[in-house]
This record gives sequence, C-alpha cells and structure tokens, in this order.
Amino acid sequence: MKNGGFLKLYTWLIIIWLSSPIAVMVLFGFNDKQSKSNTTWQGFTLKWYGKLFEIEGLTGALVNSLLIALAATVVTVVIGTMLGLALGRHRFRGQGATNFLVFAAISTPELVMGASLLSLFVSANLPRDAVTIIIAHVLFSLSFVTVTVRARVLTLDPSLEEAAKDLGASPWGTFRQVTLPAILPGVAAGGMLAFALSIDDYVVTSFVNGSTMTFPLWIVGSVKTGIPPQVNVMGTLIFGIGVLIAVANSIAARRRA
Amino acid sequence: MRRRLTPYLLALPAWLWLAIFLVVPLAAMASVSTQTGNVIDGFQQTFTFANYTDAISRNSPQLLRSLWYGAAATVAMLVLGYPVAYWIAFKGGARKSVYLFLLLLPFFVSFVLRTISWGFLLADDGILFGTLKGWGLLPADFHVLATSFAVIAGLTYNWLPFMILPIYVGLERVDPRVIEASQDLYATKTTTFRKVVLPLSLPGVFAGVLMTFVPAVADPINAAVLGGTQNTMIGNIIQTEYLTNAQYPTASALSFTLMAVLLIGIFTYAKALGTENVLEAAAR
Repeated sequence: MKNGGFLKLYTWLIIIWLSSPIAVMVLFGFNDKQSKSNTTWQGFTLKWYGKLFEIEGLTGALVNSLLIALAATVVTVVIGTMLGLALGRHRFRGQGATNFLVFAAISTPELVMGASLLSLFVSANLPRDAVTIIIAHVLFSLSFVTVTVRARVLTLDPSLEEAAKDLGASPWGTFRQVTLPAILPGVAAGGMLAFALSIDDYVVTSFVNGSTMTFPLWIVGSVKTGIPPQVNVMGTLIFGIGVLIAVANSIAARRRA
Repeated sequence: MRRRLTPYLLALPAWLWLAIFLVVPLAAMASVSTQTGNVIDGFQQTFTFANYTDAISRNSPQLLRSLWYGAAATVAMLVLGYPVAYWIAFKGGARKSVYLFLLLLPFFVSFVLRTISWGFLLADDGILFGTLKGWGLLPADFHVLATSFAVIAGLTYNWLPFMILPIYVGLERVDPRVIEASQDLYATKTTTFRKVVLPLSLPGVFAGVLMTFVPAVADPINAAVLGGTQNTMIGNIIQTEYLTNAQYPTASALSFTLMAVLLIGIFTYAKALGTENVLEAAAR
C-alpha cells in the first residue's frame, strides 16, 4: 500500500511535468510584454485576445491550416474507409501486399516521406502549394483511418448485411442503412485523427509547402524573431476547443453505453 | 461478377494514392540519390554511388549524434514511463481513463508550440531558472538550453506518452490471477514483479520503444528549437540540404541512409527481443 502511495505521487509528478508547457503557453498569452521577446513575465493583460487576428500572416496561416486539414480529412476518410472495408470485409488477391503498403506508410519516417515527395514534385516540375500539402497529409493519415475502420469492420457481424440483402436491400442501400451506421464510430475516430495529424504537422509540410504557410510553419519561422503572444492565445483556444470536444465525446459515449 | 470486383474497386483509390505518392517518390528519391549536377543546370543520372559515402562521411557526427540522442531519450522514456504505466494499470481503479486522458493532454497543443513552450521553461532567464537565479539558488551562468541535455529532455518530453500507452495496454492485459498465484507460491513482491509482471509486459515495452525511437531519431524540431547550433541532428541536415542548399542528391542519399539505419536497427532489435523470445523469457 505504501508502495502504491509513492507511485501515485510519482504519476502525478509526471502528469504535471507533461502539462507544464501547456500552463506556460496559456500564461504567456496573458503576458503584458513590452519588449520584442515574450519570455519574461511582465504583468497580466487581456489585450492579445482583443488583437488576436491583427497579425495578417499568422491569421492567414491558421486559416490555411484549417482549410487544408478539412480538405485532407474529407479525402482521407473517403478513400481510407473504402480501403478499410475492402481489407476488413473481403478476401482478395493482393491483400497481403496492400497490408504491407498500409504498414509501410505508417512506419516511413516523416522526414523521408516529405523528402521523397519533394523529389517527386521537383522531378515532375509540379509547383508546390496547398494542393501538394493536401496530397502529403492524405498520404500520412490514410493508413491511420484504414486501420481504425478495418478494426471496426472486423467487429461487425456479417449476418446483419446478409439479412439486409435477404430483405431485398440493394448493395448501396445495405451499405447506407446497415454497414455505414455500424462502422460510423470508427470512421469518425479516423476522421478526427486525420484532422489532428494534418493541423499539427510540421516536418512533411516543410518539404512540400512552396510558399504556402501553415500554422506550425509560421510558428517555427517566427522563433528567431520572437513568438508573438497571439500564437499563445490561438494555441490556448485550440487546446480548449479540443479538450471540450474530447470530454463531450466521452460523456456522449458513456450515455450511449 | 460485380460482387467479385467490389474489393478491388474499394481499394483502388487508396492503392493509387499509396503507389503514386509513396512508392513512386521513394523510387524517385533512390534515382536522385545517385545523380550529379546542380539546381541551375539540372541533375543527370550518373549512378554516382559515391554520393552515399560522401554524404555519410561528411555528416557522420550528426548521424551518430541522432542515434545517441534517440537512444538516450528512449531509455529515459522507458525508465520514467514504466512506473506510470504500472501504477495506472494496477492501482488506477475506476479513474484509469481519467489518468490516461491527463497524460494525453499535451497532444491538444501543437507539437511545435509545446516544444517551444518547453524551451520557454528552460530559458536561461525564463520563469524557472530566472527565478531560481534571482533567489541565488543557481549560479548566474547556469544554462540548459543549447545543450545536448535540453534536446534529449525535449525528445523525452514529446514522446513519453507514446511509451506509456503501449506498456499500459500490455500490463492491463496481465491476468490478476497469475499475480495471485505467484503470491500464493510465496514469491516476494520483487520476485513477482521480476519473474511474472515484467516478462509479461515486454511486448508492450517492445511496441513502446518502436513507437518512440524512430520518430525521435528523425526529428528535426527539438534540435532546432532547444539545441542551438552545436547539437544539430540528421533531420536538420536533411532539411537544410533539401530546402536551403538544394543539394537533392546528397539529401536523398542521407534520407535513404537514415531509413536503412532505422530499418536495420528495428530488425536487429526485433531479432534480439522478438515476441517469441519474450514468450520464452516469460516461461522461464
């Protein structure tokens, strides 16, 4: 029992350590800084919340990130769900090779993925912009959606779909009214993961962005000149929204259960 | 007939995506890695395999440093994370999911931003060291930023939850009756842990090490934000060669070298501590 008490304290210390940079981020969004750098505490202010969208480049980068994440998520969810269904529901030739490709896409280091995509785009003389970023984001999210959906499909009782067909439902009707509702939690989880991966990505994006700026790229670009407090405020708001969605999600899941 | 085509039609878009944007680019990179030329006159395929030896010999300090930082951070994560996973799995009780959620909180902040905030905390005159220096508890020239310790600590910080979660999943699956049986047979707590719990958790440890070592070695952000100019890793070199110097052959050769080193590392590691061996260890 004594042993457990010590480990409990230790676990809390690790949680506090992991969360401390979040606290710093939130705190310095309220810092009334006078000099260029935002590293020392100079008093409380709310003015950065008022001036949230005053830095044009930063606002543009955030909007780009949101739009790119949205587009990449839609594409990834559609083609990833299709592949997840194929792998979880059907037996077909090339299944082993497909599984290997899905695994390869997960285990390729981000840096190598970004570099190789740039090699392709340079060789093909393709200009780098938001489209190439979306292509890259779909690539690194695809396997995660596929794996999540496949796991959900495998838990699904095939006799449900057979029953629908026996009752005269068309293949599309069966999919829309039986399969899709049953796998929807997996599809939604995959979609959220794809969105989170896309909006957070720095490494792959840094290779394929051309002159298009995203939120993480803009932040890294401003490290040398000093990060404006607006970045902290945006980070705080994204953090708050993310936690709210997660908590609401788990409460809803508990109600359903 | 149509039914038999269904899986192929379902898989087709993803296949095309993976083929065009994963397989072809890797092949393109392999081709570029043996080319010569420059960005103005263009690159020609000359099968110059010396690109590899050149790139490796010029950048071996960074390559070795990346492996060392990645290994040090992985060991630190294992040592720091195992007790947390253990406590949540066996003593977390009804609030297990709350503790796991708290461990995942940092992931609601952008990776780049939380690394920078971590740098804030470690800054020479920041809220932590600045205050301690003000109280005279630390010498004025004390600093952590721009040292190898800062980079390893940053890597450890960023991937620790990825080490804790798989170990937790492994420990969670351990049947409590096995532990009771061990105690019934008069094993001490230490013996029970060493002979029963630890071997059963090794697959989780294996997964955790894989999930943290590979991204840590290839990460360019921690070294850039926390490491100053003296601690550059291979990721920074590849980025600079590609994006600033436009030395595509060198950068491609380095990328392939990095991937080969990581693959060999994973393979050796899997051989040394493969699942079968883990089971054998558990049986002993």
